[in-house]
Amino acid sequence: MGTGGASSLLALEDALVASGTELTTVALRRFAPSAGGAGTSGDHGVWALLERLGIRALPNTAGCFTARDAVLTARLGHEACGTDWVKLEVIADDVTLLPDPVALIEAAETLVREGFVVLPYTNDDPVLARRLEDVGCAAVMPLGSPIGSGLGVANPRNIEAIAARAGVPVILDAGVGTASDAALAMELGCDGVLLATAVTRATDPVRMARAMRLAVQAGHDAAQAGRVPRREQALASSPVDGVVRAGNLDLAL
Amino acid sequence: MTPSTPARTAPTPTTLVNGEPYALADALPVADLVARLVPAFAADRTARGIAVAVDDAVVPRSLWESTTVRPGARVEVVGAVQGG
Repeated sequence: MGTGGASSLLALEDALVASGTELTTVALRRFAPSAGGAGTSGDHGVWALLERLGIRALPNTAGCFTARDAVLTARLGHEACGTDWVKLEVIADDVTLLPDPVALIEAAETLVREGFVVLPYTNDDPVLARRLEDVGCAAVMPLGSPIGSGLGVANPRNIEAIAARAGVPVILDAGVGTASDAALAMELGCDGVLLATAVTRATDPVRMARAMRLAVQAGHDAAQAGRVPRREQALASSPVDGVVRAGNLDLAL
Repeated sequence: MTPSTPARTAPTPTTLVNGEPYALADALPVADLVARLVPAFAADRTARGIAVAVDDAVVPRSLWESTTVRPGARVEVVGAVQGG
């Protein structure tokens, strides 16, 4: 579960605990250059919170538009959070928040070469997912739908294709709106789900976090249990012989 | 006879901290600059979750005391916030 969107650190803490997550994302932002650090962009108290809860922080290059900015941010995240894991996000514009595939590949190559464990936020294009794996990313994280949109899995067939062919873990990342979206992602073959808005901006974040935890488990079990195939025609599940029929003239004969 | 010209010192180059001009007349240790910007670090110099880059090169925490920021440098001081 990500930390973005929570109304307060207290609300965030309760939701993180309810979700059961062991790993959470943080963004890297500048401290304001005014004396005393007043008006810092974003609440920097999240670091102390995560340390206290024992939840690992995954730095995210959120908001970067260029490979160069993303690479520098990743290096700063490594230093600030003490981890070589990084969620790599390079977006094309600030309206759609969609990933920029070209810059993403470029930044991923650089960071893999520097020894980072790169988890790239990508779109639902199976070809791009394969390229990211080819350049050494440790996972691929395709979006279900745009960040914060709550639209769920817009293209289930593509997600299923990515999950079926990937040799690295696939984490559905972005667009999850409610529990059934998370369960569906797991049923499509994803190894996990990354979500923030669906929980942090829900009316009852703690309850939604619990729902998400259960949904991911349910979807995972369903995926492993071997579901029934979809059929064009009905198939009765009860025996066809020996059915009671009131006033059956055949039996009387 | 050449007229003598008064010695001129070059104007102090503009230091940028987090994208904003910052008045820096003399070189300053990275640790001191961070303390000025980050109250949590000023209060407790072991506070974590903070990172610094000078001219696009990350300065490791272990070198904050021994590395100085010279006037004209481009500095980024960032920390972990909600997001991602």
